[in-house]
Amino acid sequence: MRTLTHAIAFAAALSLPTLAPAADYVIDTAKTHAFIQFRIQHLGYSWLYGRFNKFEGTFSYDEKNPAANKVEVSIDTASVDTNHAERDKHLRSDDFLDVEKFPQAHFVGTKFEDKGDGKAVLSGALTLHGVTKPVVIAVERIGQGDDPWGGYRTGFFGTTTLKLADFNITRDLGPAAQELELMLSVEGIRQQ
Amino acid sequence: MLKNTTSEYGLVAIVLHWLVALVVVGLFALGLWMTELEYYDAWYERGPDLHKSIGILLFVTVALRLAWRWSNPMPRPEPTHAAWERRLARIAHAGLYILLFTTILAGYLISTADGHPIQVFGLFAVPATLSGFDNQEDIAGEIHEVLAFALIGLAVLHTLAALKHHFIDRDRTLTRMLGR
Repeated sequence: MRTLTHAIAFAAALSLPTLAPAADYVIDTAKTHAFIQFRIQHLGYSWLYGRFNKFEGTFSYDEKNPAANKVEVSIDTASVDTNHAERDKHLRSDDFLDVEKFPQAHFVGTKFEDKGDGKAVLSGALTLHGVTKPVVIAVERIGQGDDPWGGYRTGFFGTTTLKLADFNITRDLGPAAQELELMLSVEGIRQQ
Repeated sequence: MLKNTTSEYGLVAIVLHWLVALVVVGLFALGLWMTELEYYDAWYERGPDLHKSIGILLFVTVALRLAWRWSNPMPRPEPTHAAWERRLARIAHAGLYILLFTTILAGYLISTADGHPIQVFGLFAVPATLSGFDNQEDIAGEIHEVLAFALIGLAVLHTLAALKHHFIDRDRTLTRMLGR
């Protein structure tokens, strides 16, 4: 009986519009509308691009209550792809990502500061190569709305710069290649 | 004499034997050394290019050597060799050929894992055939390394056996392969 009254109270609470929780999204990796890309200078003469092909994540996003926004992403480090088999093999080795020892990289974004006009700053912690460091990502909301297939989507683009040595990746690629730019393109599908 | 007889190795077989021996040891050393180089080392690009080019040519050489072996009389084992020695030698020689081919094949599968061809001294390119398997370059890389060590291990046993025949049994096994 008590369970039933609780259930009714719970259902009533859910129906109150003022108590609506922030919308939860699953990042659309299933149909690949999300990309974790990076670029790093080669010798200081050009940009080399790569990406991680396997990752998954979720985020909560509510325009009216940005303090409740959060993101969580797990990346399969062995899925690194720079379109060159020998380089990818080297990147997976213990000279760089050491994917046998650290198969996952992890990002948790906990602080979302709305800067207006679709711009925001997302702060969180990135665990890469076994090292956890705070990172700040400049975020731009690209768009949101109904998709043609009955769902609702919101998408962002974010960039940040990582110092390789901060994550204990110390293999020397030259003075122009101490830092790496991360470019994150993320589209989420709202969960019912 | 170029061709083998039933008692002696010909010049072609002798030259091919020592050429392959020299190149295998050289490629093994180059492989160990080049994978430890710093990015700014002058040999960082040159080492692997050389390793791959010579490796492809070695594959062709070993194939030709096998064809030559099969189209020539095989010198009979020394009469003093025991039956178990002959059997072990046959197994070891077959093992060396198998390891030569498979090691090079595994190396080829590393470099062509993403579908790119292997350039041989800039003269011609060997196209990729099997590519795009999940983590192909990593799996092929580990196999290449294990097979290379196995090949060198078996070559050491082969060398020790030749030295045993020369210094302990005092037969002509080694001198035959030196053309004397």
